[in-house]
Amino acid sequence: MSAKIISFPHIGSYHVPIKFLLNALAGKGNKAISPPPITKKTLELGTKHSPDFVCIPFKYNLGNYIEVLENGANVLVQTSGGCRMGFYGEVQEQILRDLGYELDFYTIDAERGSAMDFYKAFKDINPKLSITYSIAAFAVATRMAYAIDGIEEFIRKNIGFELETGSFERMEKQFLHALAQATNVIQVGKVYREYLLKFQALPICKPSNPKKVGVVGELYIVMEPFSNYCIEKELAKFGMEVTRFLTISYRLFSKKHTAEYVLKNTGSYLKYDIGADATDSVGKSLDLARAGYDGIIHLKPFGCTPEVNSMPIVQRISQDFKIPVLYFSFDSQTSETGVKTRLEAFADMIDMKVASQ
Amino acid sequence: MKAYLGVDIGSISTKGVVVDDKAQILAHEYLWTEGNPIHAVKRVIDALQKQIDGKDIQVKAVGTTGSARKLIGVVLGAQTVKNEITAHAIGTMSRVPDVRTIFEIGGQDSKIIILEDGIVTDYAMNTLCAAGTGSFLMSQAKRLGLAIEELGEMALKSQNPTRIAARCTVFAESDLVHKAQIGHKKEDIVAGICNAVVSNYLNNVGKGKRIAAPIVFQGGVSKNVGVVRAFEQVTGSDVYVDEFGHLMGALGVAVLAKQSGKEQNFDFNIQHVEFITKGTECKKCANNCEIIHVYRGEDVLDSWGNRCERGVSA
Repeated sequence: MSAKIISFPHIGSYHVPIKFLLNALAGKGNKAISPPPITKKTLELGTKHSPDFVCIPFKYNLGNYIEVLENGANVLVQTSGGCRMGFYGEVQEQILRDLGYELDFYTIDAERGSAMDFYKAFKDINPKLSITYSIAAFAVATRMAYAIDGIEEFIRKNIGFELETGSFERMEKQFLHALAQATNVIQVGKVYREYLLKFQALPICKPSNPKKVGVVGELYIVMEPFSNYCIEKELAKFGMEVTRFLTISYRLFSKKHTAEYVLKNTGSYLKYDIGADATDSVGKSLDLARAGYDGIIHLKPFGCTPEVNSMPIVQRISQDFKIPVLYFSFDSQTSETGVKTRLEAFADMIDMKVASQ
Repeated sequence: MKAYLGVDIGSISTKGVVVDDKAQILAHEYLWTEGNPIHAVKRVIDALQKQIDGKDIQVKAVGTTGSARKLIGVVLGAQTVKNEITAHAIGTMSRVPDVRTIFEIGGQDSKIIILEDGIVTDYAMNTLCAAGTGSFLMSQAKRLGLAIEELGEMALKSQNPTRIAARCTVFAESDLVHKAQIGHKKEDIVAGICNAVVSNYLNNVGKGKRIAAPIVFQGGVSKNVGVVRAFEQVTGSDVYVDEFGHLMGALGVAVLAKQSGKEQNFDFNIQHVEFITKGTECKKCANNCEIIHVYRGEDVLDSWGNRCERGVSA
């Protein structure tokens, strides 16, 4: 029996902890590899073999799979969620088989499933896997995700004010490289603290009361910079502090994203769960508005049903709190110029408002 | 006298104005872009020069806006390069200071801008789809054997506008063909098209926006009185169309160029200089960024299109 080479789709910088976890669980003789970084070719491949009307994260995932299968992967992992994403795994597996690839495909239900389901799936790949070992590996991967989220939060808040263009992005690459070398919780903590200090030491020129914008919306588009034309960094270029709640650590381990918690605070704006991340989009928009933010950016894949549900409510919040909201729907053909035009106008609008106060 | 030049290079038309320091228009020009923005701008500059020739006018700053703003900004050495949303808001406010809502329908795009106390508070622009814009009206005018300029007057004659599906231009077109074939009058169909444009606009770009008077309507489609009437009927308030409505972007960016405080005498003899653009594909990774180089004669003025620093040297 040949070695199992496990892979997964990209999302943001999380390939570091995901690869670590899968590598640890894979067992002797097997290994995990990352797909090549997302490029236009990934999207072209994914689009070519996907149903036309499926939401865009599906196409990115499929592109990742095809590219990594070409690199030798033979076991693929997918998660499923509470919207169309629930069907991603089955459909992608079928498409890949129809294309003639030989593979094992595991879908893990992130919405309803438990850590036990995850363990069972890996027990299948690696029969010698023990529970205690899995928990230890999972702890390291989790700590890595927290480290990434912590560093990225610092980047979002400060990159717009860097004195030397590109200094934050260079440091981010070094950080991810160092993080990928870590093998236990202590090392991850060390890398995190070391790089947080390094980031804090980068020269910035930040006003005491900077303009602040929050990003809400659908999970994949919000977290994968390639799919949103690096919108956070583009926004920051206008001298803004960017806030985003939706991260892996928030989504997996914070109870604050659960419908019960969010609905407690949304009052008359929302009375019941509207699915996937949409309930959160409303809740967080309300939080941002109440906190006196200067604007909100709402991101979604074209045709994302849960987020379409959230939009009229977010619009209502926008009117009640007089906070401007800019909506983007991404698909495979949106032009970068169009995004930049709208962002620039949005930044101008905020500048005019701040100047008049 | 100090003056400022604003140029708005859209997909369909190119507009230019020269204004004084009180934003009064001294010279203006409007012509078709015809897929060649550099050539169109040269013609605009030429026409503007003829209009101010012999007067004591010195252009001190240049601003560009519209979809070719970056390219033309480099060609003209502009002090200000601004997106068309901000430019339109600034331009309109210089003509109608208390404006609350701006409807703008151009050749390929449409937008809505909401203002309060002279500040933009909200805006939206069409995405993915150019339904209900000038190019749709143009193709339907052609289908009906009419000139685009005739549509408005003809729509006003209609007593009983035909209902035409407005959601999507593909559906609208097949609906229109069907209605014509079963015997609807031409003026009713034309009025129906005007209503369809308005309902499409308000249901897409205008969705969820608080539309308050005074309303200003501009962009090429504002020249169509049929669409103006349809807007008035739906919103229930007067819709003001400025005589310079088609020049608001150019006017706004001229004002912004003045406000930039940067001054450099502008040389109108630009039409004799040769500008060349060359597109190359960076082969250094699978992104294959399309990089554009702009040359003035032999010299590279600027390059753009690369996603990372590797493309800079390409």
